[in-house]
Amino acid sequence: MSADERAAPVAKRFFTPGMMVLIGIMLGGVGWGLYRMIFSLASVTHLNDQYPMGLWIGVDVATGVALAAGGFTTSALVYVLRREHFHAVVRPALLTAMLGYTFVGIGLLFDLGRWYNIWHPSMPWMWQGNSVLFEVGMCVMLYLTVLYIEFVPIVCERFMGRVNLPGKLARLNDLVDIVLRLADHVLGKVMFIFIIAGVVLSCLHQSSLGTLMVIAPYKLHPLYWSPMLPLLFLTSAVAVGFPVVILESMLAGRAFDRKPEMRVLTPLAGMAPYLLGIYIAVKIGDMLYRGSYVFLFEGSPASVMLWIEFGLLTIVPFFMFMSRDVRRSPLGLFIAATMYILGVLLNRCTVFFIAYRPPYAERAYVPAIGEFALTIGLVATIVFVYRALVTLLPVLPAHESEA
Amino acid sequence: MAGNRRCFLKSVAGAGALTILGSREESRASGGQDRTEGVGVLVDCTWCVGCRSCEKACNAANTDLPRRPPEVFEDESVFEQKRRMDHGAYTVVNRHQDPDEPGKSSYAKIQCMHCLYPACVSACIVGALTREPNGPVIYDSAKCIGCRYCMAACPFQVPAYEYSDTLTPEVRKCTFCFQTRLSQGEMPACVQSCPMQVMTFGKRTELIRLAREKLRKHPDRYVPHVYGETELGGTAWMYLSGMSFEKLGLPKFGYHPVPGFTEPIQHALFKWFLPPLALYGTLGGIMWFLKSREKRAKAESGEESTHER
Repeated sequence: MSADERAAPVAKRFFTPGMMVLIGIMLGGVGWGLYRMIFSLASVTHLNDQYPMGLWIGVDVATGVALAAGGFTTSALVYVLRREHFHAVVRPALLTAMLGYTFVGIGLLFDLGRWYNIWHPSMPWMWQGNSVLFEVGMCVMLYLTVLYIEFVPIVCERFMGRVNLPGKLARLNDLVDIVLRLADHVLGKVMFIFIIAGVVLSCLHQSSLGTLMVIAPYKLHPLYWSPMLPLLFLTSAVAVGFPVVILESMLAGRAFDRKPEMRVLTPLAGMAPYLLGIYIAVKIGDMLYRGSYVFLFEGSPASVMLWIEFGLLTIVPFFMFMSRDVRRSPLGLFIAATMYILGVLLNRCTVFFIAYRPPYAERAYVPAIGEFALTIGLVATIVFVYRALVTLLPVLPAHESEA
Repeated sequence: MAGNRRCFLKSVAGAGALTILGSREESRASGGQDRTEGVGVLVDCTWCVGCRSCEKACNAANTDLPRRPPEVFEDESVFEQKRRMDHGAYTVVNRHQDPDEPGKSSYAKIQCMHCLYPACVSACIVGALTREPNGPVIYDSAKCIGCRYCMAACPFQVPAYEYSDTLTPEVRKCTFCFQTRLSQGEMPACVQSCPMQVMTFGKRTELIRLAREKLRKHPDRYVPHVYGETELGGTAWMYLSGMSFEKLGLPKFGYHPVPGFTEPIQHALFKWFLPPLALYGTLGGIMWFLKSREKRAKAESGEESTHER
């Protein structure tokens, strides 16, 4: 492996002014989170009997899972399809997925009325095989485990031969080193099992996340309700995987004063039109087949959202990714990737609460300020932990000027 | 994968009515048993005078509901607005003005419909909601994790939630008085309390016979339809009315049970775990093939393989 493909911890100051702002946002989220835990859901959210699922489900859970798709799409690309050229993005994508799913779980704790029962679905006597949510929950739980296993070698690489525990723990240094070497050795042999399992589990729960709302045919607007929802969710998640990796790489580059790695990102973006094209074809085909296009101009929230999230934020970036000039321009790539990521975010929110029309709704659901604050706080925490881990562990590609 | 699904849904312009194409497949949820053989209640709205005795009896019988003094149920000003069940009430009575015939109005009691193919039961991640073999759909708060997916799934928008409860919030909906009365051989409290005998409790098949008899004998009194006989595969609570059911706030539904949309997808994707295993095998095959091709190419060019994994 050539030197420029090797990953290394980032040698940069951790507490920058930007990080201080980030910590402030995190603390805001912590405050609202504590408030919800002490004073109930009603004290923070605008959820009600008409709208039982809101911003936290639409963004923290559904969008969180979709945007973490970069993890399984890159590992499928590099390890299954053997496209070694993209090796440099595997570790950052894996870290993003791991953090994304971890925070899906943490975010869910705030939304669940009885969060302390979150372990119930894993108990065989409470298994409920008819429930779509049961399948989503089990797959997410298993996949999160797989992601942690996939991450172990990165930790091993950093600390093998360098274990230096403080104080009295120092006498365990040799033991920990042996454990790390053993883990690295064993995982190196069997990792392919977990990599493939990760891809399979992702396909399963990305699609089932779409099946969730298939159970509400009379509530979801016909522009969004479809038995094809699982396929739409799967294809849009696969399509958003590389744009997330691209955006994340560019943001990390910006944070650490590095040039965007266009050598990897441009060919990665070259695959986006195909993947986006599949999603767009399924979506348009579904609208034509079921005749739901007749609602396109009715001016309802669902129809407006379709124009924004699909028309503007999916089809436009599709054409942008088609253009060679855009793919070669850091700014163009940045804009195209950001647009489609926003498109997926709005699509998930639309399916879960904007196009959701309860028969006896008294008023529309608009997320409360506390809901926004907690969601933004969680995103800030992901960024914080991401930065901490890339500073500590060999995740991002090694950079000569910092060596 | 999603293409060869058994049930396709076509949305019809304007009406929003749903028509099922393809064969009518029984929901897996049925488990083979005949769901029409349970108990039910027939609500004849044409006799309801809006006295709210049923609401009072419901509150008295269900001691887990917030206690309310009997006088509050004599207040008729509540009919100024359309009410829904909430965490404090399993049933409410509304007055519905006929928009086409001023002066004509009808009362209607609403509560959980106790579907034969309940969406909430199918949706529940831990089986906290179950359907008793004789019909009642009941809730076990000890299992509940509070995800509220049942509320999103319910087409009648029945389950309510105790959002203000910090530690032990519950999903709240009519229990059919299953544990408190039905299991002791008594009829639900609301049915027994009604001075006008609006509600008839009995075997669901008998109730359908009774309803049809009423429709035949008094065609001038009723809209010719038994609401709940076929809606969404049938409900244990059924309605007769003098004005169209939509005017009573009962939505127009097709006959296809709602879980019949999701469960076939789920069970097709997990049939003996074959589809996931097939995907696993395919990916493994591709990985192995490409890897061995790489090795061959490297061996031929005499290079040493230095890649990990």
